[in-house]
Amino acid sequence: MADIRLIEIKEEILSDNKDLADEIRDTLRMNTVFMLNLMASPGGGKTSLIVNTIRNMKGAHRIGVIEGDIDSMVDSEKVVKEGVPAVQLKTGGFCHLDASMIKMALDEMDLKNLDLVIIENIGNLVCPAEFDTGAHKKAMILSVPEGDDKPLKYPLMFSICDVLVVNKIDYLGIADFDMEVLKERVYRLNPEIKIIEVSCKTGEGIEKWTRWLTDEIKTYLHSAAL
Amino acid sequence: MHELAVTESILKIVLKHAETNGAEKVLTIGLTIGELSELVGDCIQHYFDYLSKDTIAEGAKLDIERSPIIFQCNDCKNTFPVSLRDTKDFACPACGSIKFALISGREFYIKDITIS
Repeated sequence: MADIRLIEIKEEILSDNKDLADEIRDTLRMNTVFMLNLMASPGGGKTSLIVNTIRNMKGAHRIGVIEGDIDSMVDSEKVVKEGVPAVQLKTGGFCHLDASMIKMALDEMDLKNLDLVIIENIGNLVCPAEFDTGAHKKAMILSVPEGDDKPLKYPLMFSICDVLVVNKIDYLGIADFDMEVLKERVYRLNPEIKIIEVSCKTGEGIEKWTRWLTDEIKTYLHSAAL
Repeated sequence: MHELAVTESILKIVLKHAETNGAEKVLTIGLTIGELSELVGDCIQHYFDYLSKDTIAEGAKLDIERSPIIFQCNDCKNTFPVSLRDTKDFACPACGSIKFALISGREFYIKDITIS
């Protein structure tokens, strides 16, 4: 009988996905396109935030959207109504978007005529956290009715994002939600994260969000030009 | 859940290394996965058993080592572990600071395999 041998591997499980995500970033850089990966629970307000972002930023930026809904065209129709191109990925029962799906969507887009691509990831705070999509920045939304305990339940998501948008602040006072407690919990997991409070319904805070995004795009374009 | 996609990647990487090393059979697969990852170990084994049928990795046992969540204090550089249940309320046990960086807990790789 053959000997048993131990082979050291030390290879990232999702290395293929990571390599493809890096390739996507190269392609985006060549076309000077900035890509944002937006994640949240179902009903957190991803589509509403995207619509608000388009309304505030489309004068100065050419925007495209990748919609990763499970099986409907509802979200992409809302986005197209705002006058920007959208690619709908029909993901069936999939729980997250990965780099290969994003590459397929980007192949359908006219990158030369875009400055900003927003990925609306699948509504889920678990799986999308594990997969690099090729985006430059990761954003998540937590809406007030979901509760201030979510960082305890989904620590990975909170620890990997660059920015947390706390949406539906018009519910503060009605919902059992303590903003200071939330911030403390989030900063413990991720001291570098930026937290922006908004209400997509009243428009409060949206400008702060679009200013953050505009600054990130500016910084990126500056580094991409070098 | 995303265990299926993860398991497909595991099988692909394992087969690549097993073949490069002239293996006839893969016996065990050692995985290192951080505590922050929500993957379900039993579920991965189940998918693996299914996906690896008729390959040299059929019947291999997955041995998952969960690496702990460890923070390093930005102020005094002390490192300390935190359990997933305590992530709501903790401070550096040495100096009381609440500014730290995560240095372990997000691992997600294949450590080694045993082959014959």
